[in-house]
Amino acid sequence: MSEQEIFESVQEIFRTVFDDDSIVLTREMTADDIEDWDSLEQINLLVAIEKKFSVKFKLDDVKNLPNVGAMLDLVKRMVA
Amino acid sequence: MSLLDYPFDGAALLQKKRSLRRELLQRPGLVEKKIAILSGSTIGEIKNILELFLLDHGIKPEFYVGGYGLFYENLVFDDGSLAAFKPDFLYIHTSRKNIKDLPVPSDSAEAAAAKLDAEWARFEAAFTAAGRFGCPVIVNSFDAPTHRLMGSRDAVDPRGGVHFINELNARIATFVSKNDGFYLNDLAYLAARFGLDNWFSESEWYLYKYAVSMQYIPELCHSIANIIKSLLGKNKKGLVLDLDNTLWGGVIGEVGPEGVELSTETPGGMAYSEFQQYLKELESLGILLNVASKNEQAAAESGFAREDSPLKREDFLCFKANWEPKSENIAKIAQEINILPESLVFVDDNPAEREIVRQQLPGVAVAAFDGPEGMIASLDRAGYFEVTTLSADDAKRNEMYRQNLARAAVQQNFGSYDDYLRSLEMTAELGAFDQPHAERITQLINKTNQFNLTTRRYTAQEVEALIGSPAAVTLYGRLTDKFGDNGLVSAMIGSVEDGVCTVDLWIMSCRVFKRNLEQAMMDEFVRRCAACGIRKIVGRYLPTAKNLLVKEIYATMGFEKVSESDAETVFSLDVAAYQQQNHILAVTAKE
Repeated sequence: MSEQEIFESVQEIFRTVFDDDSIVLTREMTADDIEDWDSLEQINLLVAIEKKFSVKFKLDDVKNLPNVGAMLDLVKRMVA
Repeated sequence: MSLLDYPFDGAALLQKKRSLRRELLQRPGLVEKKIAILSGSTIGEIKNILELFLLDHGIKPEFYVGGYGLFYENLVFDDGSLAAFKPDFLYIHTSRKNIKDLPVPSDSAEAAAAKLDAEWARFEAAFTAAGRFGCPVIVNSFDAPTHRLMGSRDAVDPRGGVHFINELNARIATFVSKNDGFYLNDLAYLAARFGLDNWFSESEWYLYKYAVSMQYIPELCHSIANIIKSLLGKNKKGLVLDLDNTLWGGVIGEVGPEGVELSTETPGGMAYSEFQQYLKELESLGILLNVASKNEQAAAESGFAREDSPLKREDFLCFKANWEPKSENIAKIAQEINILPESLVFVDDNPAEREIVRQQLPGVAVAAFDGPEGMIASLDRAGYFEVTTLSADDAKRNEMYRQNLARAAVQQNFGSYDDYLRSLEMTAELGAFDQPHAERITQLINKTNQFNLTTRRYTAQEVEALIGSPAAVTLYGRLTDKFGDNGLVSAMIGSVEDGVCTVDLWIMSCRVFKRNLEQAMMDEFVRRCAACGIRKIVGRYLPTAKNLLVKEIYATMGFEKVSESDAETVFSLDVAAYQQQNHILAVTAKE
């Protein structure tokens, strides 16, 4: 799976979860940039990503994900 | 098909909760209810998803969420905020993670027993404190632990965690069965159904303190919502069943009754046979069984004449075997037994038939078809018939509806409706609310939608508070006729102030509409008011989508219309001028 495909799938998950089709992800984006992105939504995003890419994150993988870029890199590493 | 219909995709619900909520809030006729959730662990998404299921049942919740992990403190030492919120329902979200002091193998048997008592005392105190809010309280059982120090012995040894939790669950069950207004949400069963390894996720616990793994939160919420909608009278009442390849294998019109697959001698036959057995058990709960089949009547009925058929022809109330569209047959069935189409669940193996019914009768629930071997689970897990109370009348319900169909058949032979009513040889027992009838009265209040002037709901505690109250005039009605006992089918509640009695509630089961019980109830209610020195009775009609039937009932009984608006019509009666109306029913008044 290409980086672009991962990016688009993750962006689609963000759009669905936050019910906002105008969201355009950047690698630098953090929870501060999306109003409803709190710790509860963080887990919702991660569960959706796990499902989408058929992967299972370990505690170590997800306990420190500072921004969208870190999420994308994590997915890339898991599906590689 | 709604995303919330069983079997739902939990992951999709979690992702689409915002757009779903937006759509569901548009639905007309939502009833507002206040729901307090007390926390034993993170609530967050539980509140959000519970809201979706409740909205889908027509209930718009307003939530109170207790402090994180503070269920005990919030309940036992309420700072006044919970009481001020006045919850209609209270859900205590606890799990095994709220057990503080599990025994260890070095404990003596006595020490382990003392720990069990101490632990239970804490939960019992919290539950008891919840009871004082006077609303239904939903409590969880505990999920089994994910590890067992002693292996299987853990379930046997008093120092074992599995044993400890099993004992606590037994105490919760006893508590719930002995205390009115308490209901169990069987978390232990759900956890077992989905598997402990799935139900609980260590990382989600460490990261977010979710005691239920995110992906099973929809299942948890579905279960809680089923209890709430059941308590609000929103259970389904009956099934409409297809026959060929649904209740037996094969087409009976082609292969005859002996040719269809039903016996317990083949795997397929066994599956159909057990499904029929399950339906028979549902019938014993008072669920009404009906048939809608594209068949000739005689051929369709012949299947149930087989000796090894668990269901017999007489187990069904309405039996429609013809070539009309099924949606029309379902509508006719609803009309004949006088229930709303949305109280019915349709079961058919043919996806085209299911789709037509979905299109034509959007209120009817359409069960997912999962092969004969999957149908018990499909109906059972959807929670259509979630039982929160079980009264003696429930078990008799099929019989009562059957008698009603017999009455309808008799009616056609009489010149006038009054002659018909007289032929029924009816007697009514009318009396003030009392303890033996309280449970049935509460149940009737909370499930009656058509003959219901105000659609006000009462909890068991509220009904009990009315018994013997000098500020209330209450009346229940039982009706018996030559076909049998209809049971307790009507209730009225009036509140008295300054010589005026306002009718807060008047309900009647749809089984007995237009049998003159309306008139007999009003006669007796007025008589009781007059005996208390009441001069005026005020009746109110609050319109809903379902109670148009009784819009003018007060006007037909000598009341004067005082005001009328979209929200409410008010009627008034001068007690002294009231004329007795019932001349058909024999009445026994219980003092």
